[in-house]
Amino acid sequence: MLLREVDYARPATVEEAVSLLAAHEGARALAGGQTLVNVMKARAAAPDVLVDLVDLAELRTIGFSSDGLLEIGAMVTYTQLVGSSEVEVARPILAEVAATIADVQVRNRGTVGGNVCVSDPTNHLPPLLVVLDASFTIRGSGGERVVPADEFFVGVYMTAVGEGELLTKISVPPASDTGDGFSGVTIGKHGTYVVDAAATVSGEGARIAIGCVAATPVRATEMEERLAGGDFSEDAVREAAKGLGASLDPPSDVHGSADYRRSLAETSAVRAVLQAVERRKR
Amino acid sequence: MGTPAPARSRAISLEVNGEAVEYEVPARRLLVHFIRDDLGLTGTHVGCDTGNCGACTVHVDGVSVKSCMLLAVQADGTRIATVEGLAADGELTALQRSFNEHHALQCGYCTPGMLMSATALLEQNPHPNEDEVRVALQGNICRCTGYVNIVEAVVAVGEGTS
Repeated sequence: MLLREVDYARPATVEEAVSLLAAHEGARALAGGQTLVNVMKARAAAPDVLVDLVDLAELRTIGFSSDGLLEIGAMVTYTQLVGSSEVEVARPILAEVAATIADVQVRNRGTVGGNVCVSDPTNHLPPLLVVLDASFTIRGSGGERVVPADEFFVGVYMTAVGEGELLTKISVPPASDTGDGFSGVTIGKHGTYVVDAAATVSGEGARIAIGCVAATPVRATEMEERLAGGDFSEDAVREAAKGLGASLDPPSDVHGSADYRRSLAETSAVRAVLQAVERRKR
Repeated sequence: MGTPAPARSRAISLEVNGEAVEYEVPARRLLVHFIRDDLGLTGTHVGCDTGNCGACTVHVDGVSVKSCMLLAVQADGTRIATVEGLAADGELTALQRSFNEHHALQCGYCTPGMLMSATALLEQNPHPNEDEVRVALQGNICRCTGYVNIVEAVVAVGEGTS
């Protein structure tokens, strides 16, 4: 398909990328392009300038910070996540979920930064990063700031990354006394989620987030409060999920009615928590 | 050196099927159109043009990608392999022979993409089982739904029975 005319720049450093994004109104960062190129075809986005991040090697690394956080560069691909020994050691759920995103070709190009910055309500990583209590490092011309996951996702296709800013990395606490789970119902085996749920359990309780039911991931706060006592028996988890669906206002579309999504939210949350509990035992 | 100015086009140099190529391309040109229309390598097909069907699959720096979801300018400096590069010396690869023997195509439209995805799989995992083949070909749709023979053809290469 013929795209609308667009300008293209390939900065060599993060500083150059940020100054390009700040200097040109209508500039967009181009990561793997697995969403952006398609929405440009559909004219759903029509950037005037594409700032290609391909040469920014420092955004492609996975490592650990001095205080032990798992640090994932914004340009790390899903395939990299799946094969990373650091992820395997620190938070294997990230690799497990990344392995179910789309297909091999998309996983080879699609990036973690792109997935979260698109902030599509059906994307896999936003609810997961919310329960993992990830933090997002954003670079602008004025310097760097760090935003927690609960504040990063602002709306459909909107995040805390402002104009002239660039997400550079995502930091995730390593698993300690924790177990992680992810569950949901997709359209086809590895297709788009109709509803998904992510959960992390520890001695202190659970963090649970539901995807596809609102513009951004929704924390299941009441369910979390009911599980704060640390009773993670199957009966307790099922009981704790009651009323979660009724508290949501999900969309109705061709893939499912709002009521169906309410029901799926409870089922998915239970499955995600039970999976997390099972893994915490290992 | 200052920050590079954005431009409507870019002079790209890359390697395609082992040959060095230099071209001035508009920033908006998709890689698949560069391959088909500029280079005349029409083995790479455009199926859905939405990133779903995988008929446009090529290898960029050794990994499979859908060339309708890349701009040609993004491929500047890379090494590209298309279906034409498989039998570059005139001799079919084991995978291509296996496709032939197993009748792993009906209309043939998806075949170039299937071959490129399966080639990438076999390079990483020379003896895949059926499940691994099915996962590897998830991004390639055969609208004739002739998957059974395609999967058998790929598995047979790993088993050395083709």
